[in-house]
Amino acid sequence: MKMTAQHKALALIFSLGLIAGCSSTGDPVEDEAYGSVDQEGGSTVYGGDDEGGVSSSEMTEEQRRRAEERAERAETEAMREITTFYFDFDTAEIKSEAREVLVAHARYLQANPGQNVRIEGHADERGTKEYNLALGERRANAIERFLIVNGASRGQMETISYGEEKPAVMGSDESAWAQNRRVELVFQ
Amino acid sequence: MTWVLAIAVMIGSSPASAELLIRITEGADSAIPVAVVPFSESGAMPSGDKISSIVQDDLTMTGEFRPLPAEKMLSLPAKGDDVYFRDWRMLGQRYVLVGQLTRKGDKVEARYELFDVNREQRIMGATASSSVNSTRTLAHHISDRVYEAITGVPGAFSTKLAYVTLERSGDEPLYRLQVSDVDGKRARVRLESDEPILSPAWSPDARKLAYVSFETGKPAIYIHELSTGNRTRVADYRGLNSAPAWSEDGRSLLVTLSKDGNAEIYKLDIESGSLKRLTNHWAIDTEPTWDHTGDGFYFTSDRSGGPQIYHKASEEAEPRRITFGSRYNARPRPDNDGKYVYYVHQRDKSFHIARTNLKTEEETVLTRTDSDESPSVAPNGRMLIYATKQGGNSVLTVIAADGGAAYSLPASKGDVREPAWSPIVR
Repeated sequence: MKMTAQHKALALIFSLGLIAGCSSTGDPVEDEAYGSVDQEGGSTVYGGDDEGGVSSSEMTEEQRRRAEERAERAETEAMREITTFYFDFDTAEIKSEAREVLVAHARYLQANPGQNVRIEGHADERGTKEYNLALGERRANAIERFLIVNGASRGQMETISYGEEKPAVMGSDESAWAQNRRVELVFQ
Repeated sequence: MTWVLAIAVMIGSSPASAELLIRITEGADSAIPVAVVPFSESGAMPSGDKISSIVQDDLTMTGEFRPLPAEKMLSLPAKGDDVYFRDWRMLGQRYVLVGQLTRKGDKVEARYELFDVNREQRIMGATASSSVNSTRTLAHHISDRVYEAITGVPGAFSTKLAYVTLERSGDEPLYRLQVSDVDGKRARVRLESDEPILSPAWSPDARKLAYVSFETGKPAIYIHELSTGNRTRVADYRGLNSAPAWSEDGRSLLVTLSKDGNAEIYKLDIESGSLKRLTNHWAIDTEPTWDHTGDGFYFTSDRSGGPQIYHKASEEAEPRRITFGSRYNARPRPDNDGKYVYYVHQRDKSFHIARTNLKTEEETVLTRTDSDESPSVAPNGRMLIYATKQGGNSVLTVIAADGGAAYSLPASKGDVREPAWSPIVR
């Protein structure tokens, strides 16, 4: 059981990494997330899948519950490795593949009321600087609302927009722009 | 046919300031031939650029004039009696400027005269002086007078530019707010920060700048008095504090704040700090600027789905949409007489500067560069400065307001961005 849940989490992270990896090339943030999966779980994934049912039958109810909690925690923690979320040009729409990760962040914030997070909104370099400041704020606000709806409280969060001033990647092509249209969560 | 000038002037001013290189890239077809004869000199003159060559460069940079190189002149008269119209007509010149410089104590005095070659008439003569240390000011003053005598429009050579430079050494950005002459010379750093500086805006008396600085870690609007360096933080609300624009009386600013939920435009009374909200919409409303009447204002809003320019004829009026030509039009800047509004305009994948004739509603794309931002109109409405990309860096380019001529002001390293052209102060 433990194996299965962890496997699920890892598979999810894996696919998120791949989805993000497809839309943009060479993003260091995504590489990191990908790398952490490899490090933590490579062998577990291969060893575990078929044995899960067998070992769980020997567990007591208490053990099973704990194992599930551990697995959930592992899943949440693995997802929480992802802290950057991307947007299309001139939109603040949260992409579907980001939702599950954001829910994990919201749950974590709900469970840890002392934890604060800074939500930083960014835009790519195209268009005007002042409009981009407002656009970056709209993106940060969209993420903030999503986290609130999913359990985080307003007092834990602060938003700031840098507009186009702090690109993640230098360059003036679609790949750089795609990586710069983003919101970053900075846990404090 | 366009002509290209091969002059390049390197400028070095205070060591901390970024050096700007003026390169005139294109002149207008209709450029007027004018001969600026090197001024005669009596007494010790300061080293550095000659006054008459600064005047010549000023006229050239408008794109409206094509000065005659001194080595092509048949004579070098310093006063009217020595001007032989036949010679200048033979050289195809329409106007001739002559002058004499005299050292008087710690001052330099210029006596100068302008002649119309076709009509064989003296159309202007005047005397002006400056301290020995500020002969550039004297030169720009002469340029203003000459420009006005020929075109009927006040010159804008004595005005200033404010802009922001950005250098990155490794991962460390360094933002500098600078003020220079319109030809990029005498640049001085006014504020330095490793956090963003944005949106410099001149007060109507050209003594102060309002701008946005992230120096405290979040955006706030400051007013900076240039003569003293005194600064006041005038807006530091939760969320956005951006896009300041001065009212004509210098007492209030239009600003964009998001303290009430999303980006809206407010009028901020500088003295009392009181706010009046001027827009109310779930969309982004930003980049406000007063119109020429001082009663209404232009702004950018994406209430139609993408950013477009809107105008409110008064603080209470319903907004009227101005731009329809493409899906992205933003950051309006009107001229001083209500004829045109200039803005950033996306066409296909490129961003250009365009203007709309407010009477005919005709839209004209003015630039051929393709990552254009931050248009600022010269106070006489004849030139426009904006930021664009060149070899990966942001540079400033000046064009004739009808799109005819161009020169660029690239920094020696890093980016130059967000130019703001000062008002004319008499």
